[in-house]
Amino acid sequence: MADKLKPHTYKRREVLALAGTGVVVVVAGIGLFPGAASADAAAVAKAIKKRIGDKPMKSGRITLELPEIAENGNTVPIGFEIDSPMTDNDYVKAVHIFAEKNPNPDVATFRFTPGNGKAKVSTRMRLIKSQNIIAVAEMSDGSVYMTKKAVKVTIGGCGG
Amino acid sequence: MRKSIQGIGALAALAVAFSAFAGTAFAGKDKMNFGKYQVGELRTGYTFSTPETRAIQDDDFENPAFLWVDVGEALWNKKEGKAGKSCASCHKNASASMRGVGARYPVFNKKLGKLQNLEQRINQERVEKMQAKPLKYESKELLGLTMFVRNQSKDMPINVSIDGPAAPFFEKGKKFYFQRRGQLDMACANCHVDNPGGMIRANLLSQGQSNGFPLYRLKWQKPGSLHRRFRGCNKQVRAKPYSYGADEYVNLELYVAWRGQGLPVETPAVRM
Amino acid sequence: MAKARVKVPKSVKKGEVFQVKTLISHKMETGLRKNKKTGKKIPRKIINNFVCTYDGKEVFSSDWHPAVSANPYLAFYVKATKSGPMNFKWTDDDGKVTDKSVNISVSG
Ligand code: HEC
Ligand code: HEC
Repeated sequence: MADKLKPHTYKRREVLALAGTGVVVVVAGIGLFPGAASADAAAVAKAIKKRIGDKPMKSGRITLELPEIAENGNTVPIGFEIDSPMTDNDYVKAVHIFAEKNPNPDVATFRFTPGNGKAKVSTRMRLIKSQNIIAVAEMSDGSVYMTKKAVKVTIGGCGG
Repeated sequence: MRKSIQGIGALAALAVAFSAFAGTAFAGKDKMNFGKYQVGELRTGYTFSTPETRAIQDDDFENPAFLWVDVGEALWNKKEGKAGKSCASCHKNASASMRGVGARYPVFNKKLGKLQNLEQRINQERVEKMQAKPLKYESKELLGLTMFVRNQSKDMPINVSIDGPAAPFFEKGKKFYFQRRGQLDMACANCHVDNPGGMIRANLLSQGQSNGFPLYRLKWQKPGSLHRRFRGCNKQVRAKPYSYGADEYVNLELYVAWRGQGLPVETPAVRM
Repeated sequence: MAKARVKVPKSVKKGEVFQVKTLISHKMETGLRKNKKTGKKIPRKIINNFVCTYDGKEVFSSDWHPAVSANPYLAFYVKATKSGPMNFKWTDDDGKVTDKSVNISVSG
């Protein structure tokens, strides 16, 4: 992976900008999070800061798997794997997932131990609309990695 | 290719419109090998789903509907009612005794003098054979037991009978299917016969097959019966839905099942 | 009645990294939905924490927010050390805990 060879360090300002690069907003009213405003870029940055503080974030090491198009925002599969030997001295401590346009950008936190053997997870999440998903991985040596990926959400506005 | 539909102008005014699917994911899917999910011209809803939705159905463990199937299995073995019996007391192992049963329903019931679907048969068994209370339509229990029984016929071809005493009810169901209704003045056939593969709002239309029911719908975030689906399809053309278990819907169920005669039972399927 | 499902391999070799799949029935009520009839907000009620213990130690845990789908599915990996129970614990907003235990059979 090219990413791995040349780590890039994101600064807070860049994260804000990143979080702001919105995919086209799908016009749809859906029963998922009705009446709630979407999280803005600042809210995502705040949510990330709450988890990892002011540590710099590098790119790479995270493989994030998401459908290109999700048929229904209620159940969007998400999988990730972190490149790590998962030994007592070198392992992934935690992975945080954020959805930048959900009313609350926090999705979930996963805490690993060397006993996991590999830092790989699959689960399912709710997305109110098309948006970027951000994964942040905290390593045992204190370093932090980040990646993001866009998901398009097609919403069933019909078909009771 | 897009087929024209009468009255589509009126529909567009109501923000319902079909669009051709050329260039969408569907066009690519046309070349796909659908395996058991396609029998001749017939295609199950599975073939219209995204790879992610299909993957949830493909693995019995990842399919959340099995949480309900577990409820059904527990009920199958649970003694209830004054007779002190469970389904298993008489039918023993469901994988043998119920194999093929779900693929034949709905059936004509002599005693009732009309059609009966699987949910209704299960409740009849509870009342008559167990002297237990019937289960509520759309409850976790009835959905679970219906899915459990129908899952015993998984992959068997739908094989309903439309002759003999079932014939007049089949005719009623067929009439219902082609009858325009609701403010949008549309029949089931307008969407599921004339236009599978087309888009309606954000939905990709399928042939509207029933072989996967009861099924887990991502939209509902839980399983639902075929009658829940019928009600939804009635409501979306702004027609008044019938109640769960209504004769009209049981007759319709037979016609819809017959349209998919030969398709494999997928219960419990997963749809968007 | 079964509420949670867990799937692990029938047997594993020592040192093998195996997949653990879990599924639990839960509405994961976000707290943002309104009751259509009354117009009142339906209070939030989700499972907010999941813990897996193996070989006497907490090996994996997770915090969940309302964006986790209804009937939560979670798959992760564990390295086989020795035969014994693997425990799973899901904790609800109201403190209710769902427990489940499976046996891990390790050879070699
Ligand atoms: C007292 C014994 C007894 C119990 C208890 C019982 N059944 Fe039955 N069931 C029968 C018999 C005998 C038949 C076939 C003859 C008939 O139609 O009554 C039958 C028929 C059926 C059929 C129709 C099969 C077909 O080929 O159309 C279904 C479905 C069924 N049972 C399901 C159940 C379920 C589900 C339960 C538990 C809720 C249950 N039964 C409880 C004895 C029982
Ligand atoms: C306005 C268009 C429209 C009409 C009219 C309509 N439906 Fe549907 N129906 C849909 C849509 C959209 C879906 C969801 C996508 C799909 O499977 O086609 C659907 C799904 C279904 C399904 C589920 C298919 C599956 O694989 O899960 C069934 C069964 C069904 N419809 C039956 C009917 C019946 C019976 C009628 C008449 C009472 C009807 N529909 C009328 C649009 C329609």
